Amino acid sequence: MSWSPELLERAEKILGCYPQKRSAVMPLLYMAMRHDGYLTDDGVRRVAELTELTPIQVESVATFYEMFKRRPVGRYLVSVCTSISCFLLGADDVMSSAETTAGAPAGEIDAEGIVTVDHIECIGACGGAPAVMVNYELVEGVTPESVAEMIAWLRETKPEVVRAEELQDRFGGRPSFEPGAADQQGAVGPYPAFDPYGTAGGAS
Amino acid sequence: MTYPVHLTKRMTEHPSDSTRIDVYETTGGYEAARKALGMTRDELVETVKASGLIGRGGAAFSAGMKWSFLAPARPSYLVVNGDESEPGTFKDRQLLERDPHQMIEGIIITSIANEVHDAFVYIRGEYAKPSRYVQRAIDEAYERGYLGTGIFGTDYDLDITIHLGAGMYICGEETALINSLEGRRGEPRLKPPYYPAAKGLYMLPTIVNNVETVSNLAFIINEGADAYKALGDPDDTGTFLFSVSGHVVNPGNYELPRGITWRQLIYDVAGGIRNGNELKAWIPGGASSPWLVPSLHLDDPITRAAVTKADSMLGSGAVIVMDDTTCVVQAAERLVRFFSNESCGQCTPCREGTTWEDMVLRRIEEGSGREVDADLLLDIGDNISPGLKWPPAQTTICPLGPSSVAPIISIMTYFKDEVMAHIHGGGCPLG
Repeated sequence: MSWSPELLERAEKILGCYPQKRSAVMPLLYMAMRHDGYLTDDGVRRVAELTELTPIQVESVATFYEMFKRRPVGRYLVSVCTSISCFLLGADDVMSSAETTAGAPAGEIDAEGIVTVDHIECIGACGGAPAVMVNYELVEGVTPESVAEMIAWLRETKPEVVRAEELQDRFGGRPSFEPGAADQQGAVGPYPAFDPYGTAGGAS
Repeated sequence: MTYPVHLTKRMTEHPSDSTRIDVYETTGGYEAARKALGMTRDELVETVKASGLIGRGGAAFSAGMKWSFLAPARPSYLVVNGDESEPGTFKDRQLLERDPHQMIEGIIITSIANEVHDAFVYIRGEYAKPSRYVQRAIDEAYERGYLGTGIFGTDYDLDITIHLGAGMYICGEETALINSLEGRRGEPRLKPPYYPAAKGLYMLPTIVNNVETVSNLAFIINEGADAYKALGDPDDTGTFLFSVSGHVVNPGNYELPRGITWRQLIYDVAGGIRNGNELKAWIPGGASSPWLVPSLHLDDPITRAAVTKADSMLGSGAVIVMDDTTCVVQAAERLVRFFSNESCGQCTPCREGTTWEDMVLRRIEEGSGREVDADLLLDIGDNISPGLKWPPAQTTICPLGPSSVAPIISIMTYFKDEVMAHIHGGGCPLG
């Protein structure tokens, strides 16, 4: 699927944020993921064209980083932190509950094509351990039971936008620190809900 | 006992809107940036040197000294390191999410001091929400003319761009971070010659400072170096954010001076051990730091000098507390697994060594450990970090590999009996 003129304009703005085109590889890879749902061969080629690199140069970058998914993942990527602080407070039980509920092993899409459960290394939520992320939106203070409920809820309601506040209210417990003002934004796919450029911040 | 705070003051006093520019300005915000615009590079570097501010990313290097090393070539760049990924650390997330203008003002001050006109904030990819808060704050600052062309009505131009990481711990290492920002694999560069202050981003002079480090600057410029020093311990000036996690009653980020004792931090500040359990060990400065134990270290002051004497470090300020229900082999395996997963693969001792360490620890835990495995673990560690001494030597480009040896040395020093009980008893004695 080709990129719309609006998207290409956006890509130009991203390129304009950096002194050298190559620096835009990572934000453009995210853009390609948002466009196709995961990082496709076509996405890699387009990023290569835009940055004047070869596809294999872009591929070598893409495959280095955990968050650039070269294979499809579920619409909801449930990442369970199993690093030390979460581990100490029962993350392995959270992980097995999530895998059992999803009915698929870590890293694989469930039968309905909706949820992928996977391990993630420390997500900076140690004060609210154990913690998980859904499409990189954080839920702290979870339990094996609440994560099972959360996965069932995701399957049933299929929210368009995954919002951290909502998940935290429904399924979370003690956070690392008190949240500040409410955040209306949320994630629409298995990639971070942050699209920084083209605001005033891209003036360079 | 309460201690004076400044980093977390605004977010405590204005819990619902500490992120907004109006609140920031009505609480003294952006005065330091205006003041810095009237100061020379030398004055700014000297003030920060005099404050004793040390980097908060883990290496504890003098921030002013780092700035003074900036090579003369231009353009120069600033990269703020918000890749916070050291297990146990969650302080920068709070600073990004709860007081982004404080960091932005620090970026303006650092940029002026280092003649930077293009600053980048490298934030780990999983911090989408914190990034949104920072971007909104950046947008607010642009709207007021505090960023962009001719900031604060002067002829100084400054742009800030957020660069999102993509899930690799190693990108917190400053040269790997620079490679990542250049659109490359986040593999660390050799130092020398690639010290960022000399040959950094695009081989040009670059300052890389941690989020918490730059968040201290507005206070230092406003109140002066002496006021900053008065906040803390003479050798470790200012306040520090401690991220306390694990088996304590009240985990969280605590802004404190150094010099208090571990007992005060764990029992008074963090409420002691959950369920009335006994303290078994704690990790004093993130996953990379060797552990401390109550029988030897509980009444030590939390200072660089004391913790160095205990063959460990304060690192990123992450204190991970383990109670007596913790199996040390399992905990060590979990830490080593992290380094094994996050090794960039450039250096053989790290790539292969961390994999072996993890495998051996796992088989000890699972009951298939062999008599030689205890020595084998140390032997593998010795190939990554020769001599197994502190501070660690390394056969690798960066300290990631040697960091994986810290938990192994810790369990072999303080809990060898428990390790051997696994090997002799066919598995974990704790069940």
